[in-house]
Amino acid sequence: MPDPAALPFSPMLLVIVPAAAIPVLAVVANYRLSAALNITACALTLLVALSLPFLPGMRSDLFIIDDFNIFLLVLTTFVGFTTSVYSASYISHELETGRLTPVLLRFYHAMYQAMLGAMNLALIANNVGLMWVGVEVATLATVMMVGTYRTPEAIEAAWKYFILGTVGIGLAVFGTVLTYLVAAKVLGGGLPAMAWDLMAQNAGKFDSSLLSLAFVFLLVGYGTKVGLAPFHAWLPDAHSEGPTPISAVLSGLLLNVALYALLRFKIIVAANPGAVDAGAILIVLGIASLLFAAFMLFRRRDIKRLFAYSSIEHMGITTFAFGVGGPLANFAGLLHMSMHSLTKSAIFFAVGHIAQAKGTQRIADVTGLSVTHPGLAIGFALGVIAIAGLPPFGVFMSEFLLVSTAIARQPLLTLLFVAGLLVAFSALLLRMHGLLFGAPSGKNGHVSASYVPLFIHLVLVLIAGLWLPNAVVGWFRGVAAILG
Amino acid sequence: MPSLWFDIAHLFAGGVLVLSLVLLYQDRVTAAINVFALQAITLALSVGWQAFIQSEPLLLVTALMALAVKGFVIPMALHRIVRRLDVHREVEQVIGGGATMLAGLALVALSILLLQPVSGAGDVVAHEDIAFALGVVLLGLLMMITRYNAVTQVIGFMSLENGLILAATGARGMPLVVEISVAFSILIAFIVFGVFVFRIRERFDTVDVTVLERFRGERREQG
Repeated sequence: MPDPAALPFSPMLLVIVPAAAIPVLAVVANYRLSAALNITACALTLLVALSLPFLPGMRSDLFIIDDFNIFLLVLTTFVGFTTSVYSASYISHELETGRLTPVLLRFYHAMYQAMLGAMNLALIANNVGLMWVGVEVATLATVMMVGTYRTPEAIEAAWKYFILGTVGIGLAVFGTVLTYLVAAKVLGGGLPAMAWDLMAQNAGKFDSSLLSLAFVFLLVGYGTKVGLAPFHAWLPDAHSEGPTPISAVLSGLLLNVALYALLRFKIIVAANPGAVDAGAILIVLGIASLLFAAFMLFRRRDIKRLFAYSSIEHMGITTFAFGVGGPLANFAGLLHMSMHSLTKSAIFFAVGHIAQAKGTQRIADVTGLSVTHPGLAIGFALGVIAIAGLPPFGVFMSEFLLVSTAIARQPLLTLLFVAGLLVAFSALLLRMHGLLFGAPSGKNGHVSASYVPLFIHLVLVLIAGLWLPNAVVGWFRGVAAILG
Repeated sequence: MPSLWFDIAHLFAGGVLVLSLVLLYQDRVTAAINVFALQAITLALSVGWQAFIQSEPLLLVTALMALAVKGFVIPMALHRIVRRLDVHREVEQVIGGGATMLAGLALVALSILLLQPVSGAGDVVAHEDIAFALGVVLLGLLMMITRYNAVTQVIGFMSLENGLILAATGARGMPLVVEISVAFSILIAFIVFGVFVFRIRERFDTVDVTVLERFRGERREQG
């Protein structure tokens, strides 16, 4: 058994760099400097993540680097980096309007790094307890950030998020302990019985009934963090009341990390022939989330809540894909996960600037964007077209792949699934039409928007829709094989 | 091992569960804090006993942390908050005491029924401890959803965490790495809770969570 020290140092940097940045950002008073430092720390972390594919896979009882988490680490650090660039222009406007004070801003930057570091920790952990700690710390950091503006709405959103998030995460601990008990019978206790890879290898010998019970707790626990209906209640509030960069990383990253944790356990349960059928449960929850969110999209009055419900919808689609399983559906699920992250954060980048320009998040008060802010309008329209699943964007590719493979195996459920997609599609286009066209209304403030992160994301989504490089295809295939 | 040792382990774990039930029907905030402190002390005894029968001296660290932090520091801090905010009046319950107790009993029965048919949970102690722990977790959840008051919700949450510690220490040989981090996270969680309690006070002059719900953005706009 290799000891923890045998793991090379570089993956640790994914946690060490953000951790080192926290105290620095907490004391730097100049906001331009701290924004620059925030971007630098994110860029360094991204570089470390980009070096991982060139290193051999590795494991210890505490940490693991395999294709599955490399894929998510690259995605997480990339979106973390582009969001930090976006955040720099976003916060300067918030400081001008007085919604953020310099003290709150120091706090905001420190929490931003805490969240990224914790998510990286959750991703590189092999020990399922350590993985849980990562998700927990990331949750607490985002709770603090959601409450940043200290308005009554923000405090209610943060409180609700906190209560539901910690209860969910408490249930996940209970599931983790039960999993350990099951594994300890076979692996003999101690650290190896909490190492994910050893559990997955020996899952066939585990006690089925206790493992199934453990999975129920893990499902409700991490499922709350994924935002699956009916455990989604915190998600729309948390997205709409916090600073917009946080909405972008919540949707784009934290939901993915929670789903990643759930999938790690799904692999263990699926490897045990006597245990509950994890795939079937994921299919049901996925379709329920998709249908529920699709219909909820019609009644939204707040632009950020609208896209929060869209996130529930897309996490439902991804969960459905992994529930169906098999090489093609898993491939589609992974592609959808990355496309949703990139597209949804791009949309939030645009929405943040739109809300700043118009001084409101109410959909009814925002019209005629195509006349007043053509640049933002184009970026926003492209983002919505992409997320609604129209070609030639990557979201269309993943949804098409998924439907074509699922229809052969679950024809009736796939019909429901397609119906959900169409409902969500029409709701989104309806809302987009109202926002972009018509007579310009309300205040038309000037924003010095940063278009670079927005369009980089959209270009990547477009490229993925037109042509996926062979290297990426091979990589996704490898991960899809791990998922079984 | 003598069967008396198992019986003592069961006594402590069962004590934690009984105190969870006692917590359910407390209708004064100060009384609820005291019962919570008693539960934390019982938990510390249970964990200490587990350290002895499993010959895992490191578990004593967990026991001491439970005793010092949750048995004394947090209850004292909560008493202070209650005095400063002047909320030591009756707690509003969503459903009445009798109905809550019945629901609590049903949850305990459920957790025992869930774990009884399961054979794979290692030795007898671990097996029945887990059933107790599940009961404590579910009762903590029940307490959180049947109270409006923010302070009692905090207590419900921490009582739920007591159940988690009970489960983690009952699992023989579970690495301490995890226990320390679990305890650490609870501490962070409490700090966050404290911050919120005070911020809620600043904004609304009350710690009643229903007041918060009036500020829902969507609801107001639809009305």
